[in-house]
Amino acid sequence: MSVTDRAAPGAADVQKPPEVRRQTKGVRGNGLATVIFLLPMLIAFGVFSWYPIGRSLLMSVQQTNLISPAEFVGLENYRYVLQDPDLWTAVRNTGYFAALALVFGYPIPLLLAVLMSEVRRWRGIYTALAYLPVVVPPVVAVLLWKFFYDGGPDGVFNTLLGWIGLGPYAWLNSSSLAMPSLVLEATWAAAGGTVIIYLAALTAVPPELYDAAEVDGASIWQKVWHVTLPQLRGVLLVTLILQLIGTAQVFLEPYLFTGGGPSNATLTVLLLIYNYAFGSSLSGDFGAATAASVMLATVLALLSALYFRLTRAWSQ
Amino acid sequence: MPETQPETSTIEDERGILSLYERRKPVYKRTITVTEVGLLGFLVVIGLGPLLWLGKAAITPTRDTLREPMALWPNGFDFANLGTAWNHENLDHYFLNTLAVAGGSWAGQLLVATTAGYALSVLRPRYGKILTAMVLGTMLVPAVVLLVPLYLTVLDVPGLQISLINSFWAVWLPAAASPFNVILVKRFFDNLPREVFEAAMVDGAGPFRLFWSIVLPMSRPILGVVSVFAVVAAWKDFLWPLLVLPDPDKQPLSVRLPVLAEVIQLDVLLAALFISTLIPVVLFLVFQRFFLRGAGLSGAVKG
Repeated sequence: MSVTDRAAPGAADVQKPPEVRRQTKGVRGNGLATVIFLLPMLIAFGVFSWYPIGRSLLMSVQQTNLISPAEFVGLENYRYVLQDPDLWTAVRNTGYFAALALVFGYPIPLLLAVLMSEVRRWRGIYTALAYLPVVVPPVVAVLLWKFFYDGGPDGVFNTLLGWIGLGPYAWLNSSSLAMPSLVLEATWAAAGGTVIIYLAALTAVPPELYDAAEVDGASIWQKVWHVTLPQLRGVLLVTLILQLIGTAQVFLEPYLFTGGGPSNATLTVLLLIYNYAFGSSLSGDFGAATAASVMLATVLALLSALYFRLTRAWSQ
Repeated sequence: MPETQPETSTIEDERGILSLYERRKPVYKRTITVTEVGLLGFLVVIGLGPLLWLGKAAITPTRDTLREPMALWPNGFDFANLGTAWNHENLDHYFLNTLAVAGGSWAGQLLVATTAGYALSVLRPRYGKILTAMVLGTMLVPAVVLLVPLYLTVLDVPGLQISLINSFWAVWLPAAASPFNVILVKRFFDNLPREVFEAAMVDGAGPFRLFWSIVLPMSRPILGVVSVFAVVAAWKDFLWPLLVLPDPDKQPLSVRLPVLAEVIQLDVLLAALFISTLIPVVLFLVFQRFFLRGAGLSGAVKG
């Protein structure tokens, strides 16, 4: 089988239960060869995945800064983080980022994908153009947009808006515009990927459903509303969750665009964690950083669990 | 589901939301053309526009870019920017570092994913299910929770008493522990016909021969997808190499560019950004199929 046919709804049909597998006696190995084949995975996962996961739980209840030996402090790190007013600023900002990203970034790829799926000539060009921003290295994209956002009257965006009599705006230097500016760039950079997921799901909609709707006299809008969107329900839910998981961990944009400023207006949770651990050159507060990570991870794990449940329900 | 999904170019006769009848109706025909042209224009402006602007700015003197950023034709061209960025600002060196980071991550991910996928899917030891569950479990743990403990692990690798800081291994090894790859490859191997394996065993192939001569050659499509994932992820990664490669001499482009942005001339910086973009864009245009095939699957990586 090819990989393509798993593209959209299969995004994680990775989850299919093993009984799907052809059950023949077949090759079965418990011997040395099997261990040799498992060795790369055991080393990579053991040292760089399973061990750090366990360690993070331990570290969140320890006072660690690499200089003095680790010391058990109970829930002290959690208390410290929860009492840090910056945490609540960061949580609010991250929530704001996620909300704006939903407003900008959720309907646009869907609209683009629905329109693109109806294009019959040169669809490949449309797809390539839509995906192009995803290929641009994120750091390059941010640095480029940082120049576009120049607050002077000769900044790129200010010039463009000046033609229709708007601005100039301060963009990244304005505490009210900074976050929307970040989200706008992030949406530009990510929308192409979502478009491709939707396109794959749209091609999987059985044409008979549209035929049937037409027999009932459905207009184009009615077909979109009563056939297309309900058929995309599953994919829409999954991209929603994935987007929430992604935006909750946003780091690159606030770090490179604004460094969290102006006056903490773009401080996000992951940036705060980074600052706890690596922000000061003296000694990082690894305990606080891990405690905050564990709390963020708990929220994200709930979302991931939901994602797995949904995709599993789907592939059955 | 069909064995292979129709490629985007062969679906001209298939109906979508619009029926073939509706497409031919004169009333709709004009609207469709207008929408198609409008959509294409929008995508060109959004998708290609910034890159074209960057291409122009890369060969424009700083003065012109600052004064009239949207001028279609600058007062003069300065092609030397590209050479300055590449040679004088050592872009070539950081580019090689990026290649090293991406190449090692690619090799490591492919090694771990194929061997583990083979052991868990084909050899299937008794404890295989537990291992699979443990790999799946790590998919629930978001990358952020590992940032600090993984950093400390790299700082002092357990059992070896060495630090991997400023070594490419610090990027390669954690990248190799990708649960998504292992599960993806295992699922692919699960669907390969067992009869072929049994026939090979009857003919006297051992587990190594079976892996190398039968399973791997049958797995080219999935290996292509994993490869694109690996290289793209390594190319894009910023935070992790920033942490574990503090030595500028070892840093890849992505880590180095923001530092350069603070110190070099604007026109040279924009030239540097242009060069850094050109390479992945060309790769994308050449290997488009693999990129787009993978894009549908990429959702699960972010989890």
